[in-house]
Amino acid sequence: MLEAKVYITLKKTVADPQGLTIKHALESLEYKEVKQVRIGKLVILQLDMNDEEEAKKRLDQMCQKLLANSIIEDYTFELAPVN
Amino acid sequence: MITKETYRALGLRDEEYQRILDILKREPTTTELAMFSVEWSEHCGYPRSRNLLKLLPKTGKYEALIGEDSGGIIVDDLAIIFKMESHNHPSQIEPKQGAATGVGGIIRDIFTAGARPVASLNSLRFGPLSEPYNRYLLKGVVDGIQFYGNCLGVPTVGGEIYFDESYSGNCLVNCMSIGITHKDKLARAKAFGVGNTIMYVGSSTGKDGIGGCSVLASQEFKKGEEKRPAVQIGDPFTEKCLIEATLEALETDYVVGIKDMGAAGLTCSTSEMAEAGDSGIEIELNKVPRREEGMEPWEVMMSESQERMLVCIKKGHEKEISAIFEKWDLHGVIIGEVIKEKVVRIKNNDEVIAEATPDSLASAPVYDMPFEKPSYLDEINQLDLDTISEPEDYSKVLLKLLSSLSIASKEWVYEQYDHMVQTNTIVLPGSDAAVLRLKGRDKALAATSDCNSRYCYLNPKAGARIAVAEAARNIVCSGAEPAAVTDCLNFANPEKPDRYWYFKNCIEGIVDACKTFNIAVVSGNVSFYNESTEGPIYPTPTIGMIGVISSLKDVTTQYFKDNNDLIILLGETKNELGGSEYLKVIHDKVKGDAPGLDLKSESLLHATILAAIQKGFVKSAHDCSEGGLAVALSECCISGDNMIGASITLDGEIRKDSLLFGESQSRVIISSDADSAAKIEKIALKHNVPFAIIGKTGGDNLKISINNEKVIDSKIPELRNIWKNSLRNSLTAE
Amino acid sequence: MNFGIIVFPGSNCDHDCFYVIKDVLKQPVRYIWHKETGLDNIDCIIIPGGFSYGDYLRCGAIAKFSPIMASVIDFANRGGIVIGICNGFQILLEVGLLPGAMHRNTGLHFICKYINILTENRDTVFTDICAKDQVLKIPIAHNEGNYYIDERSLRELEDNKRIVFRYCDADGDVSQRSNPNGAVSNIAGIINKRGNVLGMMPHPERSSEGELGSSDGLLIFKSILKACKGLK
Repeated sequence: MLEAKVYITLKKTVADPQGLTIKHALESLEYKEVKQVRIGKLVILQLDMNDEEEAKKRLDQMCQKLLANSIIEDYTFELAPVN
Repeated sequence: MITKETYRALGLRDEEYQRILDILKREPTTTELAMFSVEWSEHCGYPRSRNLLKLLPKTGKYEALIGEDSGGIIVDDLAIIFKMESHNHPSQIEPKQGAATGVGGIIRDIFTAGARPVASLNSLRFGPLSEPYNRYLLKGVVDGIQFYGNCLGVPTVGGEIYFDESYSGNCLVNCMSIGITHKDKLARAKAFGVGNTIMYVGSSTGKDGIGGCSVLASQEFKKGEEKRPAVQIGDPFTEKCLIEATLEALETDYVVGIKDMGAAGLTCSTSEMAEAGDSGIEIELNKVPRREEGMEPWEVMMSESQERMLVCIKKGHEKEISAIFEKWDLHGVIIGEVIKEKVVRIKNNDEVIAEATPDSLASAPVYDMPFEKPSYLDEINQLDLDTISEPEDYSKVLLKLLSSLSIASKEWVYEQYDHMVQTNTIVLPGSDAAVLRLKGRDKALAATSDCNSRYCYLNPKAGARIAVAEAARNIVCSGAEPAAVTDCLNFANPEKPDRYWYFKNCIEGIVDACKTFNIAVVSGNVSFYNESTEGPIYPTPTIGMIGVISSLKDVTTQYFKDNNDLIILLGETKNELGGSEYLKVIHDKVKGDAPGLDLKSESLLHATILAAIQKGFVKSAHDCSEGGLAVALSECCISGDNMIGASITLDGEIRKDSLLFGESQSRVIISSDADSAAKIEKIALKHNVPFAIIGKTGGDNLKISINNEKVIDSKIPELRNIWKNSLRNSLTAE
Repeated sequence: MNFGIIVFPGSNCDHDCFYVIKDVLKQPVRYIWHKETGLDNIDCIIIPGGFSYGDYLRCGAIAKFSPIMASVIDFANRGGIVIGICNGFQILLEVGLLPGAMHRNTGLHFICKYINILTENRDTVFTDICAKDQVLKIPIAHNEGNYYIDERSLRELEDNKRIVFRYCDADGDVSQRSNPNGAVSNIAGIINKRGNVLGMMPHPERSSEGELGSSDGLLIFKSILKACKGLK
């Protein structure tokens, strides 16, 4: 069994009003060191397979087909075995 | 072994537990104890309010329908089903999900009656927004309502929002839903017919909302196990599918009865459907679809997972019904049947784990609660007007009142609600009442919710009468005849006699007003224990009212339409300032008595306005409420798309601030052309309603003079800006 | 002409569109369930507003894979007229019949209100009977109507007059002030290259009768009707 964590964020070139709002809120709480905030989604999937290479290939497809919209979103994922 | 600590922690008194022992003639099982405790709780069994609720009139000029979970009226061949319900405590803890599931729950009560939900309203109350937590609550509640309602495609067309310190620590979220069906197509929450099937439909069951019974867990299971939050999570998409599937299933002739799994889920739905159908039900818990592993039987029985319903189906037609639910990707699972013995029998893997008669579960004890007028009230009711200084600048006072958040425009809120979907909303939010057309007919419905709880605090009987009268006035101003009421009674701890005194008097006030107007209270809900460490909330009997507009040409809105129209005030302005927004906002006082109200005069006012509207004499109609005449006039000028000024001349012997900002009841501002004004005067005269032409529309300012002295001269855009933006500004300036 | 209205489980403007076509426009119309694939005898497809499959992941993301959308793509590629309204527009973007993507309104709130749109291109089957530069009063109701497209593609849209509607004020002025959701260049509606597929965020079906506050939306449905009659 594998567990995948897929992180989906807006592309750097696309404005992120949610992130901006949170950045302003943090600034008003005096966290001046915050230079950028980007909001995204985390999707956790459990995969009934053990071949990590194959899993990566299939995850790539899942992201491109459904999980992310490649026009405005980027994605990355982590893969780890689970019991 | 059931201990005293266990049943007490479940909210049962010693004598109530004894009664359970007498009924069962043995010690209850854990599941039975849980079932009795919730069925006899205030939430389901109304032991502390039933005696008084009986007094509410159940008949009126429109034929009333009183169902198990909702009520309504007959209009032509249609049944208009509606109800209001509170979701206060869940919203105080988790405002978004609390409000969302409040909307979801009340809408299920409507479509389980067979009616398609056509509109929602919300009556909300919060503490002052100067406190960050109150801002968080308001934003969260609004987010929850839009999240749920918008997805369902049920327009949120109206409601009210008030702010007062008494709601800090205990906000109020009262959700009202309206549905429509053909009167022959109503469904009932009954199970009967031996051998008929009991089917579970909708979402899976999880451990949501069993917090109230978590004592059973801490007792029986591993200590320190994570206590589940009592907050349920709403899934509007599933509810949307459930609406469509349910209405489709009800189109077949195979559904005997159907009930929402709301409070205490399977427990209430099984026992109440059996009780209502005078029958027995047996179910097998291992057939109930689960969302999580390792649930105890009592957890399955108590779960308040959302978007689930119980359906009684004619034997032999299970496939047709489950196919409909499966088409919408919902569960449709047979879990039991109607049995001959009049018992509710719960089995888990063939073992009987609970068995009790439906009537014993439904026979919650009834208590006559002690009541006593609070000792502090006499002093608070004293108001010596001579100690109230009259302001120097009335224009400034007007601006201040228009910026008071209870009065200011709620545009920031209702713009986030889809209020147009279903394309029936012909008067959009922001007028006295929302108006919904009935497609294909020359008829419409008006809907509003009202309650000035400060009046109820000062004088509960008068305050409750005013709540009904104001709702009716709003309905009438939109061109409709008041038709029926749903009430949501929000009060503090009923076991404290001073709190209960408020409850008793408010009920009596509602009864008086509804009887005078000849309208029934067709549904409602009681929410007690609304108090925090800060103290009790103001007594808040929210009145939801439906009116019927007999022809679309009668639909009327509150704002001025044309220049050079005459402005008429119907009703009398008295020298009273008690409980007014002016006294609170400008003088920081909550004192005096609620404004006087004569219910007969109020009825005559309604008759006058309706007659004038139906004859086509009225261009706009707006009732005077919080902030008095000056605020109402401002709203006539600024709440429409076209801003139109007005010049007003008042005279009288009473104080200027009473004249401008006092909240005397039974007053309405209308505008009309000169010819019509003369005809309206005749109608008013006939009904003995005070009539005065107080001015003329036109210009860029609102000018008011009293006894020939100019007291207010304000630019319309300035009034509009402050009224329109105050709420937005107080929420976004962080 | 025959209209077909696609019904996803979370569609909630399907009844409203149906009502306008049948009772206001007096044309034959039928619902088409998302699990179906047949579009026989349909002249115009409406993909209505709503929340298709709940839209919990991303508006329109799952609708893309429904059986009916494959047929709709095929229909569009054969020149059939398709109009996607609100969620329908979002779905048309997801399936690639129109370029660009939606993200959340800059105010981060759902917005439901009457706004104005400028008819920038009246030379389409959807706007044929609109006057030149006509301003339409029409409501929006969405959380994610903030249209995004990269600059190069935007230029392509502009150059080919594919921007049909832009948010404007009552006088037809297009500016940041009249932009309710942050959409690039105030874009409220676009068409495909061939001109047979329109996506728009505002709801014409909510403004097709005077008693609802505006009947400007009806111009769009009437234009489609006229175009179809002309084709036959």
